[in-house]
Order: sequence, then structure tokens, then C-alpha cells
Amino acid sequence: MVVFEKPKALTDVPFHYCPGCTHGIVHRLVAEVIDEMGIEGQTIGIAPVGCSVFAYNYFNCDMIEAPHGRAPAVATGVKRANPDNFVFTYQGDGDLAAIGTAETVHVGARGENITIIFINNAIYGMTGGQMAPTSLIGQVTTTSPYGRSAEIQGTPIRVCEMLSTLSGTAYAERTAVDSVKNVRATKKAIRKAFEVQKDKKGFSIVEVLSTCPTNWGLTPQESLGWLRDNMMTQYPLGVYKDTTENTKEEK
Amino acid sequence: MSGKVLMKGNEAIAEAAIKAGCRLFFGYPITPQTEISEYMAKKMPKVGGLSLQAESEVAAINMVLGAASTGARVITSSSSPGISLKSEGISYIIGSDLPCVIVNVQRGGPGLGGIQPAQSDYYQATHALGHGDGRALVLAPASVQEMAALTMEAFDLADIYRMPALILADGALGQMMEPVDFESVPKRDIPEKTWATNGTQGKREHNVINSLYIQPDVLERVIQERFEKYDRIKETEVKYEEFLCDDADVIVVAYGIPARIVKTAVQKARKMGIKAGCFRPITLWPFPSKRLSKLADQTKAFLTVELSMGQMVDDVRIATEFKKPCHFYGRTGGMMPSVDEVVGQIEKINGGLK
Repeated sequence: MVVFEKPKALTDVPFHYCPGCTHGIVHRLVAEVIDEMGIEGQTIGIAPVGCSVFAYNYFNCDMIEAPHGRAPAVATGVKRANPDNFVFTYQGDGDLAAIGTAETVHVGARGENITIIFINNAIYGMTGGQMAPTSLIGQVTTTSPYGRSAEIQGTPIRVCEMLSTLSGTAYAERTAVDSVKNVRATKKAIRKAFEVQKDKKGFSIVEVLSTCPTNWGLTPQESLGWLRDNMMTQYPLGVYKDTTENTKEEK
Repeated sequence: MSGKVLMKGNEAIAEAAIKAGCRLFFGYPITPQTEISEYMAKKMPKVGGLSLQAESEVAAINMVLGAASTGARVITSSSSPGISLKSEGISYIIGSDLPCVIVNVQRGGPGLGGIQPAQSDYYQATHALGHGDGRALVLAPASVQEMAALTMEAFDLADIYRMPALILADGALGQMMEPVDFESVPKRDIPEKTWATNGTQGKREHNVINSLYIQPDVLERVIQERFEKYDRIKETEVKYEEFLCDDADVIVVAYGIPARIVKTAVQKARKMGIKAGCFRPITLWPFPSKRLSKLADQTKAFLTVELSMGQMVDDVRIATEFKKPCHFYGRTGGMMPSVDEVVGQIEKINGGLK
């Protein structure tokens, strides 16, 4: 009996992520979905700049490493060249919601038939804990040492809510990976997003609330609690847009 | 379309790209190159291709990066301020060894500058198209026919050497109309793109398109190998045109539209008894340094004429190793030198020769 198996869509390269970081979970979920749909040979993934920059080493499908924030534009080029391929980007909050805001908004506006896996952990991880566009009000980071202030640094961006206003966005869901239940829900959301792409319904995004124990200065266990207590109130989980169901549901 | 047709330079570039098998155009409107976008928008859907207006120059060049990764032929075009925005993406394209064609129909700068023809992006094109150690092929047409021929050739060169090729034109070439013959352009053998990220189809290991090498010794080796390729290109792909250079006392170096003014000026100077010639680099990178060095041994002086305050003249001075005086005459900001202005410069230099 097989108790545990690594998804075929992941390579044997060991992850470089910090202890307790949830990138590994989300990588695995994406790979499981690719395996279950049997689409590894038709899938092209786009890695961002940030902690998951080395994602091209971890996924077994064809991979491209994009400039910071430009993954959605790169994905557009790939998809328009080969519309029958599955194309996904994997981006963090700085990459997607700061330097790559325009590219992100416009794949939604065009209804680009790609999937974005958006990792929101409210901080810049790779550069060592700077303020992100999704950092919470009052959150202490190395570039907001007195806590993020709305007056000085502006307010956090709610990405799923914003992209749901665009008619080209077919599917937008926010999930989290803080518990077994939510990990399972995240996988279901990723599967749904890839199915939306398969059916050529338009742009799909899954925003995953994630942790960064190293730069939050918390243990992995504490981080999961911090995510639940602080991030989920600012970023409520739920399906924000689903044109396949024609409903708008919030949990 | 067969035989000769009358076309605008910008349209000739667009038609040449389609003739070269390119079916993907990503761009953003900017004067004086917008006709390329418009031609593509009209023509691409009719040949099963795609012309997509991006949200920005930055997005357009990254769409090019994505499309080029799949092994497809792809082109983008812009003018000076837009090329500055593309420079990030071009650097990544160079670092990822991706082939594509980029067009710069130059206008006056810096900043918003003007919309009249200029050649003030020479440094940027040949020396610093993006950050880091890297190069792009730079081809400089001087007629509408060459706008077409060099665009078609640029696709072949880009594919053969896995690097971006830049067409460095100017607003005058983009806007003027001349007859073009697309049939006479020779085609080259293109290697198979086994590196492309177009899906493994379960038949091969995964391909990765990437410019990141976190280990410095690895990055150094990758760059050194790329520069070995550049050395091969310098040996085999240099292109230039000589006009009455063999016995010339004064050789006028010019590329693009000023070269045509210079040729007329050279003929006029010859009628006045001055032995003048015109040397026109067609590839700006690789630069025809070796030939210029040889010419420096037989001529008495050089004059470089540009639509700038003097940029290519530096490369002429380096190429000729300061063996002979290298003078400069330029107009900038969208102004064009007259034939008589150039003749005056030739006369002045010739008068000072021993």
C-alpha cells in the first residue's frame, strides 16, 4: 500500500524554503493537480522573482523564470503562442501586487486564459522582511519599523476583490494553508482554476494566505495562528468570482 | 505580394516580419513607429497570426519573452522612450538566450524629446540595451528595401545565435515611401529549437528558460560562453557598404538615413576635386572595426556624420585606433544635415590635410 508519494510533477530537487514556510505545501498542491489532470506534458509554469524564484527547479513541467512582476505578461506570450497549453504563474505579493500590478490587472481585463497562483504572506521574504503591498496596518517590517501606517504607507491591497471587478476574470478564490481543512480547500480551488483554463473560460486566480515564520519572527506554529487571527480578517476566505456558477459567495 | 511594391518603411518592416514567418506581434503605440502596430493589427488576423496591444512597453517586451520561449518567431517595435522601458525585458531576453526581433524607429531625446528622426540611441542600442554583460545584434537600414531585407535577416540571425536582434531605424526611414522587393531576400538554415518551453509532451526532460545563476562561478562561465558566441559573430556577420573609399583621402562614416546625404555630398566633393568616400556600417553590432582599421592605413582622415551629438564616432575612433584624425559633424533633436553642410565639412578637413 502506498502511504506517501511525491507528485510526478515535482522534481527531486530539495526545496530551499525556510522551516515552516508554506510554499512547499502549495508547490505540492499544484503538482498534485497537474498529476491528477494528466497535463504535465502540456503545462508551462512561470516562476516569479522572490522566495519562489527557484520554482523552475522544482516543477517537472517546462518552466520560465520571469522578470520581477512580469510573469502575467510572460504567461500571455506563452499562451498566445500555444493556446492549447496550460499556463500558470506562481507569484508572491510583492511580485504580483506591487511591481507587477499593471501586468496582473491586464491579464484580468483581457480575460487571458491563464491561472495565477498568488502567495500572500504580507511580507517580502527573499530580501529579508520588508513591507509588502499586502502588509497589514500596524504590521512591523524592516521598512515599516514603527508599524505600517495608512497615512504614510497606504492601505493593504485586496487582490481577489480588485480582480473580481474585471469582466475577464472567470474565477477568483482566496484560500489559506493554515489547517488540513484549508489545505484541502486550496487544492480544490487550484483544481477548479485549472479546469476553468481547460474550458477556456478566461482568467483564473487562487490567492493563498501563507506564512513567513522567518520574517514574521514567529515559530511555524505561532505563524499559523497569526495568519488566522490577523490576515483572515483583512483578507476573508471565499470564492470572489465564479462565472461557471454565476454566483458570488463569501464565507 | 510579388515583385516591387511601394511602401512606407514602417509597413515594410511589418510585412517583412510576416514574410519571415512571424505570427506574433506585441506592441504599444508610439510615434513615429505606430504604422507597424496598425499594419500588424490589420494583417495578422488574415494570416492566422496575432497582433496584441499591450498595456505597456514593459508588458509588450515580456510577452515577447514568453512567446520567444515557446520557440515562436515574435517581434515588437517602439521608438526611443519606449525602448528605454523595454530595456529590463531585453536584458532578461539576452540572459535567457532567447531569439526575437525588436525595432527602434528612433526619435529625438532625451526624455520625451521630439518626434522627428534622430540617431541618439546609438549608445543604448550598441552598448547598453539592458543591464549586465550582454549584446544584441544591431542592424541599421538606410532604405525601405533594407528595412524589409534586414528585418527578414534579423529573424534568421536571432534564431541562429539565440539572441535578440534590433533594427535601429529612424523616423525618416519609418515614414518615407520607396519600392520594396521581398522576394530577393535570401533565407538561411535555422537550427531546431530543442530548448523551447512548449510542453514536454511527456517525451523529454523539462526545459527551463532562465537568466538566474546564483553561483558566481557558474554565471561567469555562462557569460564567457555567450561572449565566445559574440566573438564568432564578429568574425562572420559584419556588414557594411563602401562607396568610393579605395582612393579616398577623406572617408565619411555614416549609417542609416544620413549615409544617403553623405553619398550625395561625396559625389559633390569629387566634382570639386576632393577624393572623398562614404563608409556605411550596416551592422552596428558587430561593428565593422577590422575594415575601418584597414581603411585607416590608406586614407588621410575620417569624418563621422550622425543625427546626434556624436556617439558612433567613438566606435570609429576605437576601430581606427587613432591612426588618423577622426572628425565629427552632427545635427540632433530631429534636425537633418544638408548635403552642403556635409560638403563644407569635407572641404574643411581636406584643406587641412598635408
